[in-house]
Amino acid sequence: MRELSRFSIRQLHNGLKRREFSVREIASAFLTRIEETDSRVRAFITVQPEQVVKHAEDLDRKLSSGELGMGFLTGIPLALKDNLVTQGTRTTAGSRILENYVPPYDATVTKRLRDAGALVIGKTNCDEFAMGSSTENSAYFSTRNPWDVSRVPGGSSGGSAAAVSSCQVPAALGSDTGGSIRQPAAFCGVVGLKPTYGRVSRYGLIAFASSLDQIGPFAGNVADAAMVLQAIAGHDSSDSTSAARPVDNYLVEVGRDLKGVRLGIPKEWFGSGLDRTVESAVRAAIGRLEKLGCSVVEVSLPNTEYAISTYYIIAPAEASSNLARYDAVKYGYRSPNPKDLEDMYKRSRSEGFGAEVKRRIMIGTYVLSSGYYDAYFLRASKVRTLIAQDYANAFETVDALVGPTTPSLPFKLGEKTEDPLEMYLSDVYTVTANLAGIPAISVPCAITDEKLPVGLQILGRHFQEGLLLRIGHALEQDLGLERPVLPAKGLKDLKDLKDLKDNE
Amino acid sequence: MVTLDDVKKIADLSKLSYTPDEIERFVQQFQEILRYFQHLDTAPTEGVNPTYHALEGVIGTPFRPDETKPSLPRREAVANAPREMESQFRVPKVIE
Repeated sequence: MRELSRFSIRQLHNGLKRREFSVREIASAFLTRIEETDSRVRAFITVQPEQVVKHAEDLDRKLSSGELGMGFLTGIPLALKDNLVTQGTRTTAGSRILENYVPPYDATVTKRLRDAGALVIGKTNCDEFAMGSSTENSAYFSTRNPWDVSRVPGGSSGGSAAAVSSCQVPAALGSDTGGSIRQPAAFCGVVGLKPTYGRVSRYGLIAFASSLDQIGPFAGNVADAAMVLQAIAGHDSSDSTSAARPVDNYLVEVGRDLKGVRLGIPKEWFGSGLDRTVESAVRAAIGRLEKLGCSVVEVSLPNTEYAISTYYIIAPAEASSNLARYDAVKYGYRSPNPKDLEDMYKRSRSEGFGAEVKRRIMIGTYVLSSGYYDAYFLRASKVRTLIAQDYANAFETVDALVGPTTPSLPFKLGEKTEDPLEMYLSDVYTVTANLAGIPAISVPCAITDEKLPVGLQILGRHFQEGLLLRIGHALEQDLGLERPVLPAKGLKDLKDLKDLKDNE
Repeated sequence: MVTLDDVKKIADLSKLSYTPDEIERFVQQFQEILRYFQHLDTAPTEGVNPTYHALEGVIGTPFRPDETKPSLPRREAVANAPREMESQFRVPKVIE
């Protein structure tokens, strides 16, 4: 049964329909895969095998009695990033401050997946409060890249990306505030989609930067990502920023060819900071898209140079406000024996938050403080308008933009942890989609000679997820990169692990 | 340029405490990050309106009827509290 863990959602669904195997057998196959691989990958913070098996048996019973119809996600095991709340299952956001937090409610995405019959198999590791680009800021442990365990899986949704990449689950959910779905997808050789701001409800997503956060799927192939998006997208009255517009049929979109699609290449994205190997892989992929019927022109996003500064002012500003809720009163960690209320706040927050979270709260508080507000926060918010206008101008002449997801290949664990600014710069191609609220997807476009994956990023107009999936699917089929097979050195090489320092 | 005193004040506003060693190191990192932000001064922001919500015009501001709805039972609402007494949050003494 073990080979089931390499199956796509569609294959699992078809097999279930034909009664080739049961939900229970699917659950066992993926739980076994997790057991065999997760001591090396370390994708999961929480797995609850007994509950998963019980749920699977329940689904089998209901399916055979006809009590339950068979949807695309019925009986499909999925993983959730640990900043998506799950009723009755501990949800930490990768932070010590939420080490014992057991949510009394489900996030809307959790509920929608459960309603669709999916098995929530576990909660995946992430940078604390989704702040980071390598998953090394988790308070618990660092997740490894399944392609090479001495490298980072990217972040902040590194656990979800690594879980899909190593076939521990066919698909997973992550959140993306400045690239936290797309960058780990690129680093782990899987598909990752950040939807339009407002397309997916954020209710029950532990807030980082509320004007930028968005939940989206990871999957081993584009059609599977489309199925998961279909299940979670749509208006939700519990999130006042969720869009009240109909959801497209993404599976229909995925099947369409690329004739007449106009693509733009942002010239500013191919400058000096871009790794040569990544650049040639991305250019080759764009060449394939041209052969598949797309026209390609160069476009300009002139305010790209301000992207990182703008993002690293706005996101921490919003975070400093959102994270004020961790006051050690209603939930979360409280430091023992505080002198008074003020001391309780300070000690609990200082002991409960990690270094990067504190840094961002500090930056955010600074840029919002009187005397600095205009120079930093207000100015960044104006530049945000310029960045959004750059995209709007580009989309007057093209339907989608294509470029690299990341400036480099996956870097080594520990390589950037001492230099926060260096880590921030690795987000240069992803943060602007969040600032503009547009959707963007990363799909694998090459495996290098070193056996590391490269991601191609495709960006579209608001609510054009269907087009992004369509382009991504056509490229994936053309390149034969649907769930690329991991190299032997990835998961099997234990020797590297001995040299790794871990923060547990 | 941000000073040690500025950083201490920001830490206080953020309800965070740092050891003297940590704060020295933090001032350096903070200065480096703020130096990087300086180039925003060259952005052509004259007459540009700020954006706080990328799809404000599309999503708009939704309204709903002001009706009471069931909420979490009290026991569940306090279940995650670090200290709790008779279904109420317990905190250090605030009033003398």
